[in-house]
Amino acid sequence: MNPSDSIVAAIREANGAGRPALVAFLTAGFPGKEDFPVQLEAIGGAADVVEIGVPFSDPMADGMTIQRSSRVALGQGVSLSWIIETLRAMPRRPRAPLLLMSYLNPLLAYGLDRLPADARAAGVSGFIVPDLPFEESAELRTALEAEGLALVQMVTPVTPPERLATLCEAARGFVYAVTMTGTTGKQVDVPPDVLGYMDRVRAASPAPVCAGFGIRTREQVARMTGHVDGVVVGSALVEVLERGEDPAAFLRALRGD
Amino acid sequence: MTYAVAPEQAQKWLDLELKGAFPDPRGRFGPFGGRYVPETLVPALDRLEEGVRRYLHAPDFQAEFLHELATWAGRPTALTHARELSRLWGADVWLKREDLAHTGAHKINNAMGQALLAKRLGAKRIVAETGAGQHGVASAAACARLGLPCIVYMGAVDTERQAPNVGRMKLLGAEVVPVTSGDQTLRAAIDEALRDWVSDPMGTYYLLGSAVGPHPYPYLVRELQSVIGREAREQMIASAGGLPDVAVACVGGGSNAIGMFHPFIRDTGVALLGVEAGGRGPGLGDNSATLSFGSPGVLQGSYTMLLQDANGQVQETHSVSAGLDYSGVGPEHALLMTSGRVRYEQATDDEALDALSQCCHAEGILPAIETAHAFAGARRWALHNPGSRILICCSGRGDKDMPTLQKTLLKGKL
Repeated sequence: MNPSDSIVAAIREANGAGRPALVAFLTAGFPGKEDFPVQLEAIGGAADVVEIGVPFSDPMADGMTIQRSSRVALGQGVSLSWIIETLRAMPRRPRAPLLLMSYLNPLLAYGLDRLPADARAAGVSGFIVPDLPFEESAELRTALEAEGLALVQMVTPVTPPERLATLCEAARGFVYAVTMTGTTGKQVDVPPDVLGYMDRVRAASPAPVCAGFGIRTREQVARMTGHVDGVVVGSALVEVLERGEDPAAFLRALRGD
Repeated sequence: MTYAVAPEQAQKWLDLELKGAFPDPRGRFGPFGGRYVPETLVPALDRLEEGVRRYLHAPDFQAEFLHELATWAGRPTALTHARELSRLWGADVWLKREDLAHTGAHKINNAMGQALLAKRLGAKRIVAETGAGQHGVASAAACARLGLPCIVYMGAVDTERQAPNVGRMKLLGAEVVPVTSGDQTLRAAIDEALRDWVSDPMGTYYLLGSAVGPHPYPYLVRELQSVIGREAREQMIASAGGLPDVAVACVGGGSNAIGMFHPFIRDTGVALLGVEAGGRGPGLGDNSATLSFGSPGVLQGSYTMLLQDANGQVQETHSVSAGLDYSGVGPEHALLMTSGRVRYEQATDDEALDALSQCCHAEGILPAIETAHAFAGARRWALHNPGSRILICCSGRGDKDMPTLQKTLLKGKL
């Protein structure tokens, strides 16, 4: 199975068990650089898919929590090269497929010529790039596809219908449906119009649809069940790690186990 | 480490630039520019682009814009013969007096133009970022004039060193939000304004203050600021006896420079000189001379030259002038440097302050510290090109810089 399909398979497996897949985000090397492999093992055991956040100096789509975690991680010398090396050196990587979530510039600095092969060798299945709209994505998309890696596409509540169809067709791995207009980390209610929007995305998308931004509670996950194929939990999980609590217990509680 | 491409490639881009082919339909200036934003902002930028296409060059929009510039903002601004600087430098020096424009800098041209556009697009509120505070003041004034609510994001470091402008913005009815994230200067203020805009992409208009950011901003700002170069070109022909040998402007994001340069682009006998902030020197973090020391990358919506490390992390910058203290630069400047049409140099903090002092004594004009970098670059040009006719974009006045000047030039003298 190529890496991109392994993401879809992991999400469908959760769906087969009657629940939305849990996609868990952590900022690599936060709060401590040395915590990363241990966190990854714990989170990878409890989540269906893991997003590893590559810290960036200018996280313009992120709220306070991920701005803070990014800054702390950068201060400790975390970089994309370090993340890839650390993953490669891990004797046993989690069963859950791994994605790298990175703003574009660290990827460009690494070099799009060698990134896909190095990422695949490190067990990475795909990428999410929050400041790369579809129109600018051809070069990265082509480079990743050559290694069978996914480029996840984001859609939002203000995406017009024709554009929604184009983006969903282009998405690999899953479609990341942003729950609201805004940055990451604010709690969102799940009013009926959000569920209607998720239903529309799902109708347009051959790939699984995962909802993200502001997911914090079991109640939100329960409300979305049946309307999405997965939920992404980011800032809330980063805060759990920041407080030194058990990330696996938090993720199990979100799932309702 | 200066970025360069093969001479044939540079020539190809130069030919296209001279033909007016940039930005291309994808918002590119050669390889630079584009639109690197979160998906949430794509429909808002599409709408802005459509608005720019529909209104910017429409006769009724232009009529209203030029009327406001003439009767409210004080245009055309004067062209002053700098008699004493001419004598001191052994050159023929002329100043395009953007410091005489309403609110004290060229920023008002763009702020009023975009505020008029925002009104036509039905915006409910305006957000803006500011570094030195000049764009914030200009935005606050334009919004007050047009009855639009205005929120200005300003780095906490800048609210302190440009305190007089914070008060002016508040008096003009704007809400000023100090930004304590990131580097707490202009770059962090732009990030925060973008975050605000992401939260309300359809009701809010982002009034970006420089020729940076995602397409169509670099184009929009260039078009609105080109009034500087158009007026200056006519005034030089009428008063100075012909076109200048060189036009000089300071470059942070590069809005006054692109406004001055663009109408002279096809006058290939006119050399163009952009002066960046050399700060304390050439080390990473000691300056904000992006074109001189940077490399290509993506920041805040645009592929352009950046001050970054090997991992693509954008670096903090230093300049005595808040308005030039920025790690990126407008994508068209990146193209103009690569194609060789514009020469970019730096002036250090000390050179800029020295030039500021000289301009005060010689001409009775207190320029902004940003602007003083252009004077420092022009003085160096005069040294190497005796007798040449020099046009300097005097982009803003220095009243706002009194807190910094009291700690530097006036230290121990009051």
